[in-house]
Amino acid sequence: MGDLTLGLAHAVRLILSADPALMEIILLTLRVSGLALAISTLVGVPVGAALGLARVRARGLITALLYTGMGLPPVVVGLFVYLMLSRSGPLGVLGWLFTPNAMVTAQVIIAFPLVSGLTMTAVQSVDPALRLQVRSLGATRVQEVWAVLKEARIGVVAAIVAAFGGVISEVGAVMLVGGNIEGKTRVLTTAIVLDTRTGEFSLALALGIILLSLAFLANVAMLRLQGMTNIE
Amino acid sequence: MGDVIYRVENLRKAYGERVVVDIQQLEVRRGEVLALVGPSGAGKSSLLRLLNFLESPTSGTLAYEGQTLTGSAPLDVRRQVTTVFQRPVLLRSNVRENVAYGLRLRGWRVNGRVTDMLSRVGLEGLSKSPAHKLSGGEMQRVALARALVIDPTVLLLDEPTANLDPYNVGLIEEIVRQHNREHGTTVVLVTHNVFQARRLAHRVGLMLSGRLVEVADTTTFFDSPSDPRTAAFVRGDMVY
Repeated sequence: MGDLTLGLAHAVRLILSADPALMEIILLTLRVSGLALAISTLVGVPVGAALGLARVRARGLITALLYTGMGLPPVVVGLFVYLMLSRSGPLGVLGWLFTPNAMVTAQVIIAFPLVSGLTMTAVQSVDPALRLQVRSLGATRVQEVWAVLKEARIGVVAAIVAAFGGVISEVGAVMLVGGNIEGKTRVLTTAIVLDTRTGEFSLALALGIILLSLAFLANVAMLRLQGMTNIE
Repeated sequence: MGDVIYRVENLRKAYGERVVVDIQQLEVRRGEVLALVGPSGAGKSSLLRLLNFLESPTSGTLAYEGQTLTGSAPLDVRRQVTTVFQRPVLLRSNVRENVAYGLRLRGWRVNGRVTDMLSRVGLEGLSKSPAHKLSGGEMQRVALARALVIDPTVLLLDEPTANLDPYNVGLIEEIVRQHNREHGTTVVLVTHNVFQARRLAHRVGLMLSGRLVEVADTTTFFDSPSDPRTAAFVRGDMVY
């Protein structure tokens, strides 16, 4: 209990002091996870919508793959990205290992199946008669897909929220491919691991509370967006 | 009510071995209300989907405004025809946005038209209400308003008053009748209800097993039909 109170007090002090090192970590965390989420959303929502709407012969297999992807252990993703980006790997020429780019790549791999898989499920749950109705009202193919996505928006936002939760809280992948380098690739989760290892429990707790607060605020913002568009 | 808007010749629609529409000849005249009656599974709704270009025929000719359509119809043609289905499918939005939907698709002005149409269907007081919370009759009136507000050349009605109370049935029939009279909108009505066909239609056709048995003006259809199956159907006998 003492550590928890201490951690809370520490967190408040750190935030109020606007500690530059902490701000850098927070900003990098938001930049890496935000970019990964944006890429996953831009690619995952259309892919999920297409899978949910199209008559794909291999849909069962694709669904199984996506659902498996939703449960990918971040450390395994990190290892895979590490091997791809290491100097001897096929993408080593990019020179991304131990940079934020590598961290974004790993988090995209984690977030993409969540966004696309849950979007697919949300789209499939929309009344199939809706497509016929909007087509009958003169919708083009694009307008028809947009109408379905709008109807599925609660599920689509839930997919994005789930993906955000998945990437902002993961540590295994970013630790492996980012290296937790101070001032370069240190994010909130890797800083918590480091502080715990070095016995700085109150600081680790403070960072944990900040991480939770960030996740909470981001989710509130997304849910407000969902609520604004949800007439009921 | 002179020229022909649809011309159908040897039109067939089949799903695998099952033929659901097989019509040798049918003409729908501009500005008329044509009712298609018949038992369930007669192919009436399938024919409406073909007339709305929502599905392509397996074979045969479907000409709209003199233009024979092969494959999918062009967007400008599709946008002249719309359907109100038996079960209204409304968007998860308020009544006003639902009625405005077709106008927005076309990039047309929304405000005045939607307000006028809502008052026409008696829903002006519910424009901000969530569409999914309306009663069945109100939902169907929203669906009808959404179809009429785009001023279609052809309005297809697929059992629009099935399961509705007499008040809503009367209201919907009056709205359709008035729109047909004032705008010259061609209406093809599919219904089980022969009394409704008699009240609304200029001509009535009987469909059985995908085929059109007989089409005649309403008085002839009910009072002196040429086909014994029509006579039996009108009498209320079981006809398959």
